[in-house]
Amino acid sequence: MTPADLAAQAADLAHQASILAQNAAGVAAVAAQNAPPGAPFVYLFSIFVLAIFVGYYVVWNVTPALHSPLMAVTNAISSVIIVGAMLATGLHGSTTAHVFGFIAVVLVSVNIFGGFAVTNRMLSMFKKK
Amino acid sequence: MNESFTSFAYLVAAVLFILALRGLSHPTTSRRGNLLGITGMVIAIFASFAHGGMTLGGSLLILLGIAIGGAIGLVVAQKIKMTALPQLVAAFHSLVGLAAVCVAASALNAPESFGIGLPHHIHTESLIEMSLGLAIGAVTFTGSLIAFAKLQALMKGTPITFPGQHQLNAAIGIGIIVLIIAFVASGGSFLLFGLIALLALALGFLLIIPIGGADMPVVVSMLNSYSGWAACGIGFTIGNLALIVTGALVGSSGAILSYIMCKGMNRSIINVIAGGFGASGDAAAAGPGAGDRGVKIGSAEDAGFIMKNASKVIIVPGYGMAVSQAQHALREMADILKKDNVEVKYAIHPVAGRMPGHMNVLLAEANVPYDEVFELEQINNEFATADVVYVIGANDVTNPAAKTNPASPIFGMPILEVDKAKTVLFVKRGMATGYAGVDNELFFRDNTMMLFGDAKKMTEEIVKALNH
Repeated sequence: MTPADLAAQAADLAHQASILAQNAAGVAAVAAQNAPPGAPFVYLFSIFVLAIFVGYYVVWNVTPALHSPLMAVTNAISSVIIVGAMLATGLHGSTTAHVFGFIAVVLVSVNIFGGFAVTNRMLSMFKKK
Repeated sequence: MNESFTSFAYLVAAVLFILALRGLSHPTTSRRGNLLGITGMVIAIFASFAHGGMTLGGSLLILLGIAIGGAIGLVVAQKIKMTALPQLVAAFHSLVGLAAVCVAASALNAPESFGIGLPHHIHTESLIEMSLGLAIGAVTFTGSLIAFAKLQALMKGTPITFPGQHQLNAAIGIGIIVLIIAFVASGGSFLLFGLIALLALALGFLLIIPIGGADMPVVVSMLNSYSGWAACGIGFTIGNLALIVTGALVGSSGAILSYIMCKGMNRSIINVIAGGFGASGDAAAAGPGAGDRGVKIGSAEDAGFIMKNASKVIIVPGYGMAVSQAQHALREMADILKKDNVEVKYAIHPVAGRMPGHMNVLLAEANVPYDEVFELEQINNEFATADVVYVIGANDVTNPAAKTNPASPIFGMPILEVDKAKTVLFVKRGMATGYAGVDNELFFRDNTMMLFGDAKKMTEEIVKALNH
């Protein structure tokens, strides 16, 4: 086989591979379109509604004297949005997604550490007679 | 790691967060609650590291981000003065809002990472959730920035109003909804995403500028609520249980606090959000003019003498105490009185200070035991049995016009009934009206003594007089 033949065969193979890849991408796209998301919406929504009720009863039980720590700690726990930021940063994806993810990780980390620390500082001041 | 295992970890985290809030029902259990909250957060973060497909480089980047953000957060939390707590919380809310915007942007750019479709072919349902998270997050971000600027006095606390303000806000709100529909229909257009973000950022700014400084407790609580709903939107987008539960908890918590604050002022949330309150001192409702009536002015020595001979003193602190940092001097004064067998209690109005519970934290900081501090409902009956009420930096929350004058802007607001006490001592810088812009007829009563001066200086002088 001459080098020219080899090159031609290689080019042919490459062409076939690229077609296959394109097909695969197409199939994947269709599959992604049709696949149900991680969990059905109704299921997540039920949890959401129940959590609102839990929040309602738990928060009414918080003593008014501790309403400032309540705000600080709810702020800290709402930073669990870091979960989304981590997935955005750490999984394969576009650079733009990584950049936004990283910014979000930094922002909410300020909140997590700052929020819990300031709550702790406040609570440690509440003393009995 | 096994997907059901990470889901289980998120569930544990969510339960721990609920227990963290549960702990706040009493000061004795509160610190353990905070620890449970921290544990929940650690679990959630570890579960995310264990998520399938996490790259090594990505993990290192995340650790770097956590280190940078965490260091900033810890330093800020240690250095912040307790009087500046409201603006710190406002600033923190803005970060959650911005983070929600970032995560939404990232989900739009790399939907395959979150399993919500492919670029420009994202599931409809995910697009709705994403755009809601984006819009609420953006409103939270700029709204909190304005609240921060007002609380930090970078911006004047007075309401900024202009004609057509509410119409403009409504138009922007409708615009956002229309754009969200278009965005969802487009399958995830980057341009529409950007437009939604811009409009929502503008809306957050415009919503908060007409709200006055003393209404900030409501605003901060409301933004607390928004940050929760924004987190929920993102939680639905990425289908994360911990995020949805936490967002709902935070959202309802903020909503309840806003409700409590509004009730404390007898105003509807609509009235507060519409803003403009206290912008103009309404002369007609102000009652009898102040200029032509005399007040009894006392000195620190007089005040010290009266309190030393009392058997029960109730202290009513307000925002003025926080501004002049008088809480430590106040505690010192109370200590001396207690040594002389005077019973001392503190009475706190729900809207005292610039955030819910702010006064309690300031008093706790000055080592005032929490069992000497009482809420309005607990102590209102006791004013009749008090010999002296020492009002320091509070005004509107003691104004009897709230009960007697239907024309007054504060009519119907629950007040601390300090007028029932034998003697009322008012520490004030001058005769200026409070936030609501109304005169307080208490100042002119025979059993009221005005102590003109800075709250901290006056209290220190009383301490000196008591020590003599």
